[in-house]
Amino acid sequence: MGFWEMFYKNKLALTGCAIILFLIAVSLLAPLIVPYDPGAIDLKNVLAPPSGDHWFGTDQLGRDVFSRMIWGARISLLVGFVATGLAIFIGTVLGAVSGYYGGWIDSLIMRFVDIMLCFPTFFLILAVIAFLGPSIWNIMIVIGLTSWMGVTRLVRADFISLRERDFVRAARAIGASDARIIFIHILPNALASILVTATLGIAGAILIESALSFLGIGVQPPTPSWGNILTAGKDNIDIAWWLSLYPGLAILITVVGYNLLGEGIRDASDPRLKR
Amino acid sequence: MLKYLIKRILFMIPLLLGITVICFFVMHLAPGKPTDMQTQMNPKASAEMKERLMSLYELDKPIHVQYWSWLKKLGRGDLGTSFSSDHRPVADKILERLPITIIINFLSLIIIIAVAVPIGVLSAVHQDSLFDKVMAVFVFIGFAVPTFWLALLMMIFFGIQLGWLPISGLRSLNYEYLSTWGQFVDLVKHLILPVFISAFGGLAGISRYMRANMLEVIRQDYILTARAKGLSERQVIYKHALRNALLPVITLLGLSIPGLIGGSVIFETIFAIPGMGQLFYMSVMARDYPTVMGILLIGAVLTLIGNLIADASYAVADPRIRIS
Repeated sequence: MGFWEMFYKNKLALTGCAIILFLIAVSLLAPLIVPYDPGAIDLKNVLAPPSGDHWFGTDQLGRDVFSRMIWGARISLLVGFVATGLAIFIGTVLGAVSGYYGGWIDSLIMRFVDIMLCFPTFFLILAVIAFLGPSIWNIMIVIGLTSWMGVTRLVRADFISLRERDFVRAARAIGASDARIIFIHILPNALASILVTATLGIAGAILIESALSFLGIGVQPPTPSWGNILTAGKDNIDIAWWLSLYPGLAILITVVGYNLLGEGIRDASDPRLKR
Repeated sequence: MLKYLIKRILFMIPLLLGITVICFFVMHLAPGKPTDMQTQMNPKASAEMKERLMSLYELDKPIHVQYWSWLKKLGRGDLGTSFSSDHRPVADKILERLPITIIINFLSLIIIIAVAVPIGVLSAVHQDSLFDKVMAVFVFIGFAVPTFWLALLMMIFFGIQLGWLPISGLRSLNYEYLSTWGQFVDLVKHLILPVFISAFGGLAGISRYMRANMLEVIRQDYILTARAKGLSERQVIYKHALRNALLPVITLLGLSIPGLIGGSVIFETIFAIPGMGQLFYMSVMARDYPTVMGILLIGAVLTLIGNLIADASYAVADPRIRIS
């Protein structure tokens, strides 16, 4: 059975795919579908519970939570994609070099990976963001810079198992350059596992972004993000449950979507791994 | 065994040095200075005073000189003096907060083992049963739940709606007036939510891993042998299979320590627990370099110790590791 056939048969993976496509559509169309301006302050309508006018209620400044959450979907997706893209790029390059060449370069890179894995990652991210100043770009860069280690190990393992295969030897025999062998011959064979890691990585990045924003050092108000709406939820925890409930549900559903998709791709690309 | 341990410990030293180098340089290359906090708010602060502050903290020297002097102090067991207004030694500030963080992390590790291992084993033994399917859904959602959100929901439900559990701090206001037993109960009540939240993140991963391991072990030849010689199913599963399936989990628990410690920032901030995570958050906000460095170092040391204990117990449990 081919990849697509396997994938189409996997209802959970299709559900994940649908969730993500839906979120991407919502983010792209955000300006058209929000019922209110997400920044519009309405002091007569502060902390209003969910109603027909405001589906998810309003926050401490009377802003419509539903509109802010739609806007927040953009932030989550952006952070997820860019941070993971960076991590995949670093991880793939280091892993490919490490696995292909071996020797002292491999030891050096692997020791560096060991060092990075010793940090309580969240501590490191927190420290760097706090010193660089919280901004959405800094968050994406720092999350990317602290989450490439898994990709490196994975790509390295793939390269080690592939580099002595016959098709690689053949390429070497006809005089292909190292770069050509790495990118044209070996990398495509490692693509499926990279794609799986990337999909699961986006979910992880979204979780970290929301935690940082929740702690007040991620996306800064007035820009809405799911994490910083939850901060308002904590500040008004005894009176406004809706501020705490809905953004968290959005994060949960998004992360479930990416995880379902990631596992679907894995099962479809390598049925042996299916659990 | 002793040789193995010594080798491992010696191997930790270059790792730790690498860690300190990365921390130190990342922190000092960042724009902005810790003295800004003290001088920007103060209109009386002159340029000269700023310079005096900078030289007091040795921030005017080149970065490698600063690192070397930090390292020399570390050699004497001195983590430096906090930049914050109390100017206390960093080591004291960390030590008074470390126990509570370690206790909470330790309790959550115990909970993770006590809950996740049985879930994993039962799911594997009764593969595709209703229990297995329910647990699979639970695990899947467990992976995706932002723990700080779960903390908020539990605070709302158990703390505010039901009023069963306190939602912040470690002690009630009337702690002083309680009997010893009352104080203990009070502390336990304050710890329930933080420990649960801290453990929650690990539950999903470990139980899933345990299930996968168990499934693999059950298919091995020696399990077939055990069944063939007529042992009861109970003995086969709990004596032969479980022991072998548990081994890799030990390593995973060791690897999950940085995540647990990192998570302490979140739950200690949410529940206002005076632990190391909260101190880290406050120090980072105040650009208190020495304290941040100290905590990053302690976090890394705890991680390495966790890994060491995991590897050592693995070596004790599995003779094959010791030979190689």
